[in-house]
Amino acid sequence: MITLFDFLALSGVLFAISVAGVFLNRKNLILLLMCIELMLLAVNFNFIAFSRYLNDSAGQVFVFFILTVAAAESAIGLAILVVLFRNRRSINVEEMDSMKG
Amino acid sequence: MAATIVFIVLAAILIGAALGVITARNPVHAALFLVLAFVTSAGLWLLLEAEFLALVLVLVYVGAVMVLFLFVVMMLDIDSVTLRQGFVRYAPLGVVVAVIVLLEIGYVVWTQKLGVTFGTPLPHPAAFSNTRELGNVIYTSYVYPFEIAAVILLVGIIAAITLTLRRRIGTRHQDPAKQVRVSAKHGRIRIVKMPSEPKPGGESP
Repeated sequence: MITLFDFLALSGVLFAISVAGVFLNRKNLILLLMCIELMLLAVNFNFIAFSRYLNDSAGQVFVFFILTVAAAESAIGLAILVVLFRNRRSINVEEMDSMKG
Repeated sequence: MAATIVFIVLAAILIGAALGVITARNPVHAALFLVLAFVTSAGLWLLLEAEFLALVLVLVYVGAVMVLFLFVVMMLDIDSVTLRQGFVRYAPLGVVVAVIVLLEIGYVVWTQKLGVTFGTPLPHPAAFSNTRELGNVIYTSYVYPFEIAAVILLVGIIAAITLTLRRRIGTRHQDPAKQVRVSAKHGRIRIVKMPSEPKPGGESP
């Protein structure tokens, strides 16, 4: 039988993997964005599991809003990435230490 | 019993896909692993009887956001060799941080598990509609947050377009205002008077 604990453990593992991904790919901005998406997925897992096991649909509504905001966030993030690449010819995070546009 | 097997298989695929995302050499492979992670998560959400959100995850995330990611990855000329230089050096730190996060989350979840036990929820009846239930809540209790979410999406559209819009020098654009303002009398046709030329080889004066 699947318990709430199983889902929480799965989402915890997913979150830890994505935190490790942020540390491993600290130069590649596009992979950092992907790791953030993975983190949001782990959080959504918690919301849906609690919504199911507490029999309360408010958790699903929150997942709905998180999906909306995450879609807008990734769209703007990728737009910034494209503009950055146009100006610098690189998406290396370590080269972004100058304020000159 | 069947649900448990499905859960274990999907969870294993999900963890493997997540590991693939953070270790893939090629950003395109990372994006495709992320697609796999989203699809398996949608399967797990179906197991949790959140059907609407599972379909939205596939449609919106796999269909729109990940395609956008793939577009950007393929559009930019990324030097992935340089970007992976610190990978091995930062690997121990990343693993240590991940283990710490995992221990913290595990501690909280484990103690809560020992304290409170959630009963297994009963499956919904066959006629139950998850979409209807969600709609009943969104359009009544959460109607203002719903409107704000719409505004956030609008702001996202405008921001993404204004960030990436650029006017190149040398390209030709239409100016609709100028086109509308034009009048038949002056602007469209210009009559040029020219002196008539003498015929070649005609009578000479």
